Amino acid sequence: MSIPKLSLYELHEKFTAGEVTATEIVRAYGLRIGQVEPKVKAYITQTKDAAVAQATALDASLKGWRKTLPMMGMPLAIKDNICTEGVLTTCASRMLGNFVPPYDATVIARLRAQGYLLIGKTNLDEFAMGSSTENSSVGPSRNPWNLQCVPGGSSGGSAAAVAADECVAALGSDTGGSIRQPAAFCGVVGLKPTYGRVSRYGLIAFASSLDQIGPITKDVRDAAFLLGAIAGHDPLDSTSADVPVPDYLKALKKKDLKKLKVGVPVEFFAEGLDAEVEQAVRAAIEQLKALGGEIKEIRLPRTDAAVAVYYVIATAEASSNLARYDGVKFGLRAKETKDLLDLYMKTRQEGFGPEVKRRIMLGTYVLSAGYYDAYYGKAQAVRTLIRQDFEAAFQEVDLIVTPVTPTPAFKFGAKSDDPLQMYLSDIFTISANLAGVPAISVPCGFSQTGLPIGLQLIGRPFEEETLLRAAYAYEQSTQWRAKKPAVR
Amino acid sequence: MEITKQEVEKVAKLARLELTESEQAAFTKQLSQILTHVETLSRYDTTGVEPTATVLGQVNVFRPDIARPSLPVDRSVSNAPESADGFFVVPKIIEDRQPL
Repeated sequence: MSIPKLSLYELHEKFTAGEVTATEIVRAYGLRIGQVEPKVKAYITQTKDAAVAQATALDASLKGWRKTLPMMGMPLAIKDNICTEGVLTTCASRMLGNFVPPYDATVIARLRAQGYLLIGKTNLDEFAMGSSTENSSVGPSRNPWNLQCVPGGSSGGSAAAVAADECVAALGSDTGGSIRQPAAFCGVVGLKPTYGRVSRYGLIAFASSLDQIGPITKDVRDAAFLLGAIAGHDPLDSTSADVPVPDYLKALKKKDLKKLKVGVPVEFFAEGLDAEVEQAVRAAIEQLKALGGEIKEIRLPRTDAAVAVYYVIATAEASSNLARYDGVKFGLRAKETKDLLDLYMKTRQEGFGPEVKRRIMLGTYVLSAGYYDAYYGKAQAVRTLIRQDFEAAFQEVDLIVTPVTPTPAFKFGAKSDDPLQMYLSDIFTISANLAGVPAISVPCGFSQTGLPIGLQLIGRPFEEETLLRAAYAYEQSTQWRAKKPAVR
Repeated sequence: MEITKQEVEKVAKLARLELTESEQAAFTKQLSQILTHVETLSRYDTTGVEPTATVLGQVNVFRPDIARPSLPVDRSVSNAPESADGFFVVPKIIEDRQPL
């Protein structure tokens, strides 16, 4: 039995049955990380040693008593913008290069209460701003399917770690596609829950009205399993929803799409969509039909406004959220400054990378006197129209199916000099954040050059069960997950 | 929309960002490009459309006004670049008074 090849759910079952100990699990993952991490560079901080100690204690406490909790003994990787008490949390920024959170994010507190093992903190684009991990202060992660290609972003380290079997599952965060796009690029499953489904307490804020934490996993069942472990109301996050958490694993029982109406929005199959991606997604739609889904063409007419709306709202919120990095309470402080204003200016000059500065500038501009109504107000109003598009669509259908990305993973440097081109590559994922609805990325094929392609399913608010049911039925009826990246 | 280098300087100051010459030049060009794309939103009529600030539709979320445990002072300042006696230390803000 090769432990790192097992899914989260399989490993959980073996651990619960006493067939494998936490110590064996951590040792196996330690070896695997040792082998492939120099090539993949998924992690900013590895916490193997602490995990070994935790595992030893866990095994001792379980002796002769195997009643386990869902995530007990499971080695998870956590995106480095989620606070872990006592463990460096950098956001891949020089600004937080030495930041050790004095508290746990709520998702971490929940996992810790179940006895999970933190195996490491994964790489990202600085403050989750980017689509490739090229904006990380410690350098990019690499795509396990092709080390010359980006793993996607911003949760690129988490997706690469899952794809390369360097953890059993991971958490990412998704503001405009940052879970789904890297999941698609790395051939794994990524779920962005409904806004409010998972607490954001302790997630270092980028754009507060869009950010959500979610699972990145080896298969759909794992996504359901991990979502169940982190979802639910949290009094510490006023935007977390007080909606009961169903048993997501139960939702997988049906294994078909009978009585489900599946909408195909014509706007997502337009110019700029790579032919191989289109072919794979169209074939997947046929498969959804074969599984009993009723396929229906629909319209989301304001789709082409999504990128513009997003880059106004997300940067406006970011410019406000990132005002806290002032060199006073935590993080970097510039040396040799002449007064307080100079300290702010120089600290922020030294601490932030180019993309973060660009977005703070854009956000400050659209919020500044004279431009607020023309840009920010306008974007918020068009956001309402985009939500209305989804509300209207979900009157007609239960699910919407689209590509995740216009192309498979691109090469390093391909878009890093042209921010607008990079932003436009998020076109298929950002609408779900603007509308607050849940969406999942599941593998649906490969390009001729062997790069994974992702299928996106979008659902109604708080109907993750429908998403998971359809994604699982699709996944189980195909063989894409059997193929593994060649990195070793 | 073309934005000028002066506007970039002004915004940078508002954002408390000291920019290098080359950053100023790059941002002037890139922000103009991005804002030109953003202006395509004008083709959507939003007369009478309510803006969306949050998707949940919550107005206020209240909690009972009861004291609960919070971070102790020493841990609150544990990440500060400079602290003393449980306080954050910053450069002097108010100038010394001239002697009478």
